[in-house]
Amino acid sequence: MLDARTLQQLTDIVGAENIATGVQDLICYGYDATQMEFLPDAVVHPDSAEQVSKILQLANKENFPVFPRGAGSGFTGGALPKGGGVVLVTTRMNRILRIDTDNLVAEVEPGVVTEAFQMEVEKLGLFYPPDPASLKFSTLGGNVAECAGGPRAVKYGVTKDFVMGLEVVLPTGAIIRTGGETVKGVVGYDLTKLLCGSEGTLGIITKIIFKLLPYPDSKKTMLTVFDSIDGAARAVSTIIKNKIIPTTLEFMDHATLTCVERRFNLGMPESARAVLLIEVDGDRDLIEKQAGQIHKLIEPLGLVQFRVAKDAAESEELWRVRRLVSPSLRDVNPDKFNEDIVVPRSKVPDVIRRIELIQKRYDIPIVNFGHAGDGNIHVNIMIDKSVPGQLEKAHEAIKEVFQAALDLGGTMSGEHGVGLAKQPYIPLELNADQITAMKSIKAALDPNNILNPGKMLP
Amino acid sequence: MTKKHTDPLERVAQEMKKCVKCGACRANCPAFGTFQREPATARGKVALAQHLVKGDITLDDGTYSAMSKCLLCGSCVDKCPNQVPTDEIVIAAREALAQRRGLTTFHKAVGQVIKNRKLMNFGALAAAIFGPVFFRKVPSTSGLRLRFPMPFIGGSRHIPQIAKKPFMKRHPEIIKGEPGKPTIVFFVGCMTNFVYTEIGEATLALFRHLGCTVIIPQGQQCCGLPGMSGGDLETVRELAEQNLAAIEKHQADYVMTACATCGGALHKLYPLVIGKRNPELKARLQAVADKTVDAAVLLQKLGLHPEETGTGQRLRVTYHDPCHHRTAGIAKQPRTLLKETPGLDLVEMEGADRCCGLGGTFNVYHYESSLDINAGKSKAIIDTGADAVVTGCPGCIMQLSDGLKQAGDKTRVLHTVELLARKIRR
Ligand SMILES: Cc1cc2nc3c(=O)[nH]c(=O)nc-3n(C[C@H](O)[C@H](O)[C@H](O)COP(=O)(O)OP(=O)(O)OC[C@H]3O[C@@H](n4cnc5c(N)ncnc54)[C@H](O)[C@@H]3O)c2cc1C
Ligand code: SF4
Ligand code: SF4
Repeated sequence: MLDARTLQQLTDIVGAENIATGVQDLICYGYDATQMEFLPDAVVHPDSAEQVSKILQLANKENFPVFPRGAGSGFTGGALPKGGGVVLVTTRMNRILRIDTDNLVAEVEPGVVTEAFQMEVEKLGLFYPPDPASLKFSTLGGNVAECAGGPRAVKYGVTKDFVMGLEVVLPTGAIIRTGGETVKGVVGYDLTKLLCGSEGTLGIITKIIFKLLPYPDSKKTMLTVFDSIDGAARAVSTIIKNKIIPTTLEFMDHATLTCVERRFNLGMPESARAVLLIEVDGDRDLIEKQAGQIHKLIEPLGLVQFRVAKDAAESEELWRVRRLVSPSLRDVNPDKFNEDIVVPRSKVPDVIRRIELIQKRYDIPIVNFGHAGDGNIHVNIMIDKSVPGQLEKAHEAIKEVFQAALDLGGTMSGEHGVGLAKQPYIPLELNADQITAMKSIKAALDPNNILNPGKMLP
Repeated sequence: MTKKHTDPLERVAQEMKKCVKCGACRANCPAFGTFQREPATARGKVALAQHLVKGDITLDDGTYSAMSKCLLCGSCVDKCPNQVPTDEIVIAAREALAQRRGLTTFHKAVGQVIKNRKLMNFGALAAAIFGPVFFRKVPSTSGLRLRFPMPFIGGSRHIPQIAKKPFMKRHPEIIKGEPGKPTIVFFVGCMTNFVYTEIGEATLALFRHLGCTVIIPQGQQCCGLPGMSGGDLETVRELAEQNLAAIEKHQADYVMTACATCGGALHKLYPLVIGKRNPELKARLQAVADKTVDAAVLLQKLGLHPEETGTGQRLRVTYHDPCHHRTAGIAKQPRTLLKETPGLDLVEMEGADRCCGLGGTFNVYHYESSLDINAGKSKAIIDTGADAVVTGCPGCIMQLSDGLKQAGDKTRVLHTVELLARKIRR
């Protein structure tokens, strides 16, 4: 609990209209997309690194926890104020400070919404590729903190591949810069990379320098349907082996197709067992040629349908199939656990088979789709929490899914992070030495454990 | 005690469960856009409604304030991956709040607004502020009164002039057309009846041109939506019943509106919101809903030939989608009519389907924020360089005119039917 004096000091830092303690605000800053809920004691909306620094200094002095928060779209509870404390919202820091068209870099504040940034750079013919499905509402700060990825990761990589430098307020209140604007730079430890994906536990990001690319000339979208998941997986490796790196290789398994079909009646062929949505981008002539090559390469792999979009509208139509997945899942069961494991891409069919066995053993529906190009699979365990015993079964099944991914040389999370949701499973993936190393970094930067305590590390 | 007041919310409790708190609704919510605080988002309002049902927060000022920050524009519902009907949930929350009106806090905030019979004093007040012409001829059940219910909306606001003679007083109840042609019941709506009578005239001219029989039921009242936005579901039910009776008196092929808001009420919200609370009315409301159609949609369906309507003068126009059209899937039809009309060049503005900021009574409680939303709209309109902005809702027309005038701009604001009727009415 915060005492009146501390609240007054917080108010002095951010101004009365930027602090809230009413129960309505506490409720509304106590949830995220995990659907867990913990009420904070206060919510603050600072608008500069200086204010953030003062808040953290006060937190160290008065010993209260601070939880950084962007849009609260996280899937693992990273921004949730478990145990109470102060939620620090970055949405007032939402300026695009500059876009440097000579050096192809941009400097932004953390509260900028990802899509808003993309649209601004695209107006100048430039490109910021990271595209989490939450891009219309998640913030760039949240993206960096979670190292968000998206379907374009196959070709372009994830958020950290575009972060060149940061301004960060350390848990003690010190304001530092990491990295810079140069492509090369090897002085000191690479704190930029350390902070990308640190889930708001090592510092609060107050500025980001992003690398930009030229906007690709054009793109081509293809929807391909296979009679087996193996066929779809072999298509992925065949395309890449033949030196074509698509922008996107999204896949949906049979269970997913069944859901979508039942709800939206898209008229998929009877024999459809897996779908691959493929997109290539670049020079117009080149992508035309690539689309033809791709068709030829995957033809023998059990292809039962191949559709190419002629224009943007048709491309949108093909993407619709993928976008309808989420809304149709609820028909299976009302509650879902969305886990995002990664395996080497050639192992996708193996892991799907292992998951099918897990699903049979526990008798709960599991629906898989995701980014085949980088082996990142969204494993959706569909349950009804109101049925006694289902929740426990789900937790057991999740553990086995993680184990399957790890056995095949993968990881338990490709983009959603650990937060609160995956924390109990951490020892499956990291050994005691790794955890100790990470804990000493946290302890060195945050001696009083005031920044986002209780997250990520067990 | 608390139980009773959360009854309306319990009716939508199942719907609330569909919300997974993903935050997708942040992207399109105009209320969040202007307030920039989570309680203003759809997700926030759903969370608060859930806590109300659980009983761990009460219908106090804080809750009232959060629930008031909604334009009922429905864009969250359109974009929500789980189709959570936040607009319905907010209406239920406001009803719950309205039921507590006798208790001090809520009464203080909206007391005089919703139940118009208690607005006696206000009538005099408004008359004093807007001049004697305004409101004198407007009956107390009119949505206009609900739309301008507060004294503090004077100031710089541009209030439209009240018509000398209401539209319905100018015409007989039945205007016979050619045999074999459709019979249409015209649901006029307050704005058209009292303020923008030219919309009514244009609509009438177009359907007479097509040979239709047009019936203007005399017993029709305000659709009641401004009351719905204030949570006064009792008044809305009364008005719905009166409107139902007036419409049912006539045999018609269509019930037609030239006001997106009225269309939204008849077509969707009556059966959904009033029907849910009054099962005995439900089938009748649904029957009218099934016949309800927007003027532009009906004109297209009946085969209005745009070349008969074009005047030959070149005009650059842009189209604004009223929320109650967007949520009903009406977007193509008016645009097609405009595109096909000789002399008209249609240019799209940025965010044509974004709310203008009127939002029922939202613009009264949150005038500054409403202006803020409206300013974005005005900019988008001005950026197109169009001579006129065209839309299908008199409420939007009022709001867009206000915004453009405040921005010092001279772009005209017209209803689709007005443009289409230009030649016919000569
Ligand atoms: C529908 C949906 C689709 C999604 N799709 C994807 C996807 O395709 N790929 C993907 O990777 N993720 C996805 N996500 C997850 C989520 O959107 C991302 O993790 C996103 O990056 C979170 O951003 P946010 O602004 O909402 O952050 P929040 O949820 O507010 O916070 C996330 C974490 O970042 C920390 N944080 C936030 N801002 C800062 C800051 N300025 N400094 C330090 N720490 C900070 C928080 O403490 C927390 O630990 C999806 C989520 C949803 C609901
Ligand atoms: S209302 Fe819909 S879009 Fe908004 S958080 Fe809930 S589920 Fe997501
Ligand atoms: S109806 Fe409109 S204003 Fe209300 S919550 Fe939904 S998007 Fe926001």
